[in-house]
Order: sequence, then structure tokens, then C-alpha cells
Amino acid sequence: MAVLRLTRSSSGPRLTEFICVLLLVLVSVASASRDVDDPHHQTNSTGHKKAFPVLSFHYEEVKKPLEISLWILLALLMKLGFHIIPRVSNVVPESCLLIFVGLLVGGIIKAIGGEAPGLDAKLFFYYLLPPIILDAGYFLPIRPFTENLGTILVFAVVGTLWNAFFIGGMMYGVVDLLSCLLFGSIISAVDPVAVLAVFEEIHINELLHILVFGESLLNDAVTVVLYHLFKEFAHAGTVTVADAFLGVVCFFVVSLGGIMVGAIYGILGAFTSRFTAHTRVIEPLFVFLYSYMAYLSAEVFHLSGIMSLIACGVVMRPYVEANISHKSYTTIKYFLKMWSSVSETLIFIFLGVSTVAGPHAWNWTFVIVTVILCLVSRVLGVIGLTYIINKFRIVKLTKKDQFIVAYGGLRGAIAFSLGFLLTDSDMKNLFLTAIITVIFFTVFVQGMTIRPLVELLAVKKKKESKGSINEEIHTQFLDHLLTGIEDICGHYGHHHWKDKLNRFNKAYVKRWLIRGERSTEPQLISFYNKMEMKQAMMLVESGSAAKLPTIVSSVSMQNIQTKGPARRRAIPSISKSREEEIRKILRANLQKTRQRLRSYSRHDLLIDPFEDVSEVRFRKQRVEMERRMSHYLTVPAKSQETPPVRKVCFESEHQIYTYDDSESPRGSAQASRPHPSSPDAVSLLDESPQRPSQRGALRTRGDAEVRAKAPDDKEEQDQLKLSRCLSDPGPKKDEEEDGSFLS
Amino acid sequence: MLLVIEHKFFPFKKKREQMCMAVNLETEILFMLLPINNVQQFLNLSKHVLYCSVCFMIMDFLLSHYSRENLENIPALANNPIRRQIIGAFFDKRNQHQNEVGSFEEIGFEQFLMVMSHFRPPTLKTTEEERETMRKEKLRFLFNMHDTDNDGTITLEEYRKAVEELLSKSGAIGQEAAKAIADAAMLEVASTNVPHMAPDDFYEGITFEHFEQILKGLEMESRMHIRFLDVDTTTMHCGRSTS
Repeated sequence: MAVLRLTRSSSGPRLTEFICVLLLVLVSVASASRDVDDPHHQTNSTGHKKAFPVLSFHYEEVKKPLEISLWILLALLMKLGFHIIPRVSNVVPESCLLIFVGLLVGGIIKAIGGEAPGLDAKLFFYYLLPPIILDAGYFLPIRPFTENLGTILVFAVVGTLWNAFFIGGMMYGVVDLLSCLLFGSIISAVDPVAVLAVFEEIHINELLHILVFGESLLNDAVTVVLYHLFKEFAHAGTVTVADAFLGVVCFFVVSLGGIMVGAIYGILGAFTSRFTAHTRVIEPLFVFLYSYMAYLSAEVFHLSGIMSLIACGVVMRPYVEANISHKSYTTIKYFLKMWSSVSETLIFIFLGVSTVAGPHAWNWTFVIVTVILCLVSRVLGVIGLTYIINKFRIVKLTKKDQFIVAYGGLRGAIAFSLGFLLTDSDMKNLFLTAIITVIFFTVFVQGMTIRPLVELLAVKKKKESKGSINEEIHTQFLDHLLTGIEDICGHYGHHHWKDKLNRFNKAYVKRWLIRGERSTEPQLISFYNKMEMKQAMMLVESGSAAKLPTIVSSVSMQNIQTKGPARRRAIPSISKSREEEIRKILRANLQKTRQRLRSYSRHDLLIDPFEDVSEVRFRKQRVEMERRMSHYLTVPAKSQETPPVRKVCFESEHQIYTYDDSESPRGSAQASRPHPSSPDAVSLLDESPQRPSQRGALRTRGDAEVRAKAPDDKEEQDQLKLSRCLSDPGPKKDEEEDGSFLS
Repeated sequence: MLLVIEHKFFPFKKKREQMCMAVNLETEILFMLLPINNVQQFLNLSKHVLYCSVCFMIMDFLLSHYSRENLENIPALANNPIRRQIIGAFFDKRNQHQNEVGSFEEIGFEQFLMVMSHFRPPTLKTTEEERETMRKEKLRFLFNMHDTDNDGTITLEEYRKAVEELLSKSGAIGQEAAKAIADAAMLEVASTNVPHMAPDDFYEGITFEHFEQILKGLEMESRMHIRFLDVDTTTMHCGRSTS
């Protein structure tokens, strides 16, 4: 048995490698055969009637989709392969490996004799880049971003300008000034794709991550303006002051216009999501499409598409998340991650392939000087700007921070594509070669060495935040405190304006964009609900384990609550064996009744137990957890899908089969709610103090008492009575009971 | 005792230059207006100087005493859910660092400044120990805001009240949820600090050490500060200096 397992584990990577090689060959053949024309049909059309072809080869018809799929499949298999081989992926960042694979594929294609596909600029800008940016923008951590916005803007705008002019200026002499400046503007921008790819793996602290990443996102406006400006003038040949002034105006138009376009689409998206309560399946599509439209609309006017996309995601998110279902939220999250992952992989592979494919004009001096200048200008820029910025910052940037920011200025595929779009062919090859060299240098050398450097310099890593409710309470408390102090001082600072914005948001915007009562829910409560949900889901996913991963203490509500009037247990206790017996009976009987099958509709997400068994089960368990663990004291704030749950529950007691199924594996779980009036009244409650996972024993007893009054059982049999007790009359009712119990 | 105030923007000064004002706090007489370069000389001459940078309308405070009503009448505070606690903090004797308890009826400028000194930010020059002290000071301030009966612990009732106040502007939803949230938070504090309690043990309340522990992740010394407009950060410090 052990031998078998061993062979299987070792055959895993080997199998993957085999498939990869096969795919490599396939892809190369597919690309190489691009130029092979198929004259088959033409020659036969004029001849005599041929026999009916039973099996024929029509490659041309499916060529395009087939090629695309093969490329994507190759990319994904490569990614898979790297993660199976642990040693390599620890040393080398994924982006390097992918470029290497691209080089390999390009080499193979060239060796076969076909024409390797280059990184088509249109493909890159319209299909590969938007998912990555949307993923970044949608999940942008807003708090650190806004806190450091000034710093990020200074780095993005002033830093990029400095880089462009320094590099362009220093290169003067090789080619004319304007072309140099054009080159400088292309090569100076820090690339978000490369930064994301490398920084994701090193887990540095939030501040540095958001600084470098934010800079890479916001410098798009500068890049766009400079690029178009110099491209126009490279033809004209001269620049006047008026042109420079127009350039500055253009910058503001591009950036603010992009943001505005994004914000408009964001609000539209949020507004649309308000009405999607009945068509949950298409909710994620709205998010994706509105964002993509924002990007494309900005590109129509040559505004900054990246900033538009980010603005759309940021504006849309809080409102959309309040409106959509939990499943849609998960879908959006996973689709975005999936698309951005695929895009990133494809981009790097294509970079490698284009390197092999593209025409090169290698000029030693030009290339070496470019690389050195890039490094020098980046370092100088960061140091100079930090000196100025630190005068205005509260949390200063130390030398270590500056080093990481400077070292993290990676160039990537955007620079390459912009170079590709140049039309001037003699400079173009020269520039392209230099750009590719810089990209390779930054991604390989800087990408590989940044991780050991981070370890060496002992840079603070990302701290694992567990979502503590105390921290959330005090963050809010601090916000209000600082706002209050500012008001007393009469000082219109940071907090004052933030508070004003929040109040405006709450009073007007939320009411329009969020459906129902969620619009008035304060942030603390939504945080609490989210945490509750998350922990309940964790419980479900960790299966029947009685021990929750995070709760390792035996503290329960009774340790905290003041000792009130005697909380003696009035219910008699039973022995453990009896409890087991009862459980067995229940399990046997309830399993028999599990038959349900409802019609499956493509448009109807909810009320289908087989389809949604996990969802229903989760909800049941959640309510169950709420009863048992007072950690999850119910909040009557309306969670989204209470109506369907209630519907499922009330129809007949036989439908609540999943309830027991989820509990039976749990040995120590408390499965039944005793019905005190039944003759076999059992109390499993006094088992609870001994069990560390049991909490709120008092609460369950209270529930039992209240449930005694539940008027909804008519059956005679004990088991059915018990099963009725098990049945969940719905969260709302529970909440009322719980509320009355605790008061 | 002399108070030297340095501020770039005096409302009654037309020119934007760094000026400095010295007030004798006992007699409350405006001593003089000096340009900033002369301050060092001036400091060498006097002892027990309270040196602080302030902003705008705090000037108001200079020559008068304020009671709770005055603060409550500030219109901008009306929307603040924890208004009462903030005002209470100003009148709380515990925040004056003089080991007294109770509360004032009226406060003067000195008391006001002592409370404000809790909100200074760290600079590049603050050492690790100074940061630690700063953090403790700020956490102590927050702790005092919650611990209204001054028994050294935040009991469940006090915490519940605090959360209720926080959610007080949110209507009915807030009030119902407040209790649940406070209970959950208390449970969390207990679980992190005293993980293994027997079923009959009773967790009295959050002590200052537990409070520090639970808020360790927030880095209070960087978060809890007021940034005054256009004040050179190297001059932002408040406290008694004997020079």
C-alpha cells in the first residue's frame, strides 16, 4: 500500500510534466500551422461527385478558439506544475518561471519554423489587463489607501515625472530629445501586474504594500498623458510652452475624468444591484460588465482606463455587497481571482514568447545605460520624495521602508505594450529591446532577491488579523473620539471631513443604493454580522469537529454574566448511554424520511435542497450554533435570506432531514431539543459544562422552555415530536425568544 | 508658570510667519509676542514652561474657564454619538496625571492642554521607550473613558453602556445589537486573556493589562493623534519642560 502511494505521489509531477511537454508541442504546432493554408476543399469542388466523407479534418474552423484554449490550458498547467514542485517556487517567484516557460515555448515555435505570436497590444490592453486591475481595485483595502493617499499620489505623479524626465534627459545624445523623452515616459512607470505578482508572495506589511501598489495603479494617468504627449510631439519635433501647459491640463482631465467615469459606472452598478433580489444568478455579471464598460468608456476618450476601473470598483463595492446574496459575493470574489490569475499567467508567458519572436536591435550601450539609469533614478526619486513627504506624515517612512519602496519599483508588460504600439520602426526595435531588458532585469533580479532581502532587513511582515470585534469597536470609537476632539478645537481636519462624508453617505446615498433596511445598518453591526457568518461557515466547513479552530478557551457566557438569581437546572439529567440510544433512534428515523426532490430551475437559486443542501445546512447549523454559542448572539438585523429559510421550514417536518444529518457525526454535539412536556423529557444539557465547546447552556435551556410553548406539533409519536423540536421555526422567532430570554 | 505657544497661523496676524506667544498662566496676562527665533533665548530665561502648539480657536480658552455646558453647546458635537464621554474626559481628574480622582466643575487652559497632550503623535526622534509610554498613556485615556466608576476594571455593564453609546445614533437596530456585541467583545477579551476558566469562575472585568493586550494590534501611538494644520511636526510636543 505504501509503495503504491509512493509511486502515485511521484507520478504526479511527472505526469504534469508530460502533459506540459505535450501541450507545448501542441501549441507550437498549432501556432506554426497558422500559415498553412488548406486548399483541400477548393480542389475537390470542381471534380466529380466525391464519396460522402465519414470522417474529415476541419482544423481551420475551430482554429482560433482551439488555439486560445490551448494557450490558456498551457498557462494553467504551468502554474499547477510550479506549485507541485515546492523547492523551486520557494526561491523563484512565479513570474520568473512563467517568463522562462514563455521563452521556451517561443524557442520551440521558432525552431519548428512557425511564426511566434507576439504580445498583441490590443489583446493585452482590452482583455488581459482589465481583470487584474478590477481584482485589485475591487479588493483594495480602503482604509490604508485613503490614509496614505497623499504619499501615494506624490510617488505616483511626481515620482513618475521625475523618472521620465531624468531617464529621457540623460539618454539625450543617443537619439533626439523627444524620442528620448518618449522612451523615458514608457519605461518610467511602475507596473501593477509585476508588483502584484512579486509582492503577493513576500507578505510585507500593509503600509509598504499599499504604497508601492497604489503608486503602480495611480501612475497610469501620468503615463498616459506623457506617452500621448511625446508621441504627438515626436512627429512635430518641437515643444512650446503652450504645449507643456496643455499637457498639464491634459493630466488633470485624464485623471479626474477617468475617476469620474468610473464613479458614474460604479453608482449605476450599485443602483442596479438594488433590484436584483429576484434574479440572483446574474448579479455577478452586473459587477463585471459595469466595470468593464467603465474601462472601455475611459479608453474611448483616452482617459486613464486603470483609474476609471479602480474608481468603479471602489465606489460600487460597499453598496453592492450590501445588496447581493452571499453566493454572489463568493462568485464575484472567485471569478475575479480566477480571471486575474489566468491573465497574469498569460501575460508573463506572452512576454517570454514575444522576447523570442520580436525583431531586436541590440545596442549594448543603450541597454546598459537604460538599466542603470532606471535604478539610479528610482533610488534618487524615492529618497528625495520621502524626505519631503516625511515632513507631512505622522508615521514616518524609515530607511528600510524607503529601500523596499525603491526596490519594489518593477517594470512589466504595460511598458512593453506601450513600446509595441509605437509606429516608428527604426527606434521601435531599439526601444523594445531596451524595454525587454529592463523588464527582465527587474522581474528576475529584483523579483528573486526581494524576498531574501526582506528577511535580511527584517522588514515588518503582514500581521494576521483575526477580525477582532474589540478592535473594530475601538476603531470606531477612536474615529468618533478624534472627530469630537477636532470639533472642540474648531479644527477642520482629517476626521472632521471623513465624518461629514460618512454622514452624507448614510443620509442620502445609502438610501438610494441599498435595498431594504440594510441601508440604515451601522458599520459595527455589519461587521459583527459578517464575523458571525464567517465563524459559522468555518464551523460548517470544519465539519463535525467539536473544537472550533479559533476558540481554544473554555470561557463561556456564564463566566462573564453576573450571577443572577439561582440558575439551577430544573430539568432532570440522563446518562450518557441513554443519550446515545436516543440519538441512534433519531438518526434512524429521520434518515428514512429524507427523500426530497424539487424541480430544478436554472433561474431559481434558492429553495432547492439538493442543489443548496450545503446552504440550507449551513443556515440550520448557523441557527443551531447561535443557540449553543452565545458568541453568536443573534442580531435581529435582517440577514438576507430569511424568507426562503422560513418557507422551507414550515412546510413539513420531513424536510428538515439535513438537520440531523449534519449533527449525527458530531459525537459531542447536542442534537435534540427536549420537549419538557413529553414523558421522556431528556436533558442533554448538563453534559454541556463538561464540554469545552458547549456554550450558552443557559440559553439552550431557555430555548427549551420557550419551545415548550411552541404550538406547532400535532403528531403523537415521540420521535416525530422530537424531530419537530429539532425543526427550526425560523431565525426570526429564535431571535425574539433569545431576546426575551436575555433581558 | 509660563505657557509658550507657538503657532504659524494667528487669526489676528496678517502675515504667515512663525510667531510665538507667552502667557503667564497664574495671572493670565499675555506676556508678549515673539518671533520664533527668539523663543530659544526666551526659554533659557524661564523655568517651568509649558510648551505647546495649538491651533485656532483654542485661543478662546486662554483667559477663561469652561464648564460642561459650554462644551455641550458646541454645535458640531451634536452629531457625535459619544459626545458625553468625550466631554466627560475633559473634566476627568484622572487624565490630569496628578493621581487624583473625581471630576472638575470647570476647567482652565492648563487642564485642557493636559487632556490634549494625550493626542500628540510620535516623531522620528521618539525612542522605543517613549513610544511605549505614549501608547500606555493613550490607552489609559481610553480606559478611563470606559471605566466610569473608577474601580480599575471595565465591567460588562460599563462595556455594554459604551457600545450602546457608540450605536446610539443608529436607532432601534443599534440598541438591540449593542448588548450582543458587547457580550461578544467581553467574551473575546476573556478568552484571549484567561483562556481556561472553570465553569464557575467569574471574570470580573477588563483590567488595564487585558485592555492593553486586546488593543495591541491597533498601534495606538500612531492612530490616536490630532494633526494640526500646517504645524511643523518638530514643534509638536506638549508637556512640562524645565529648561
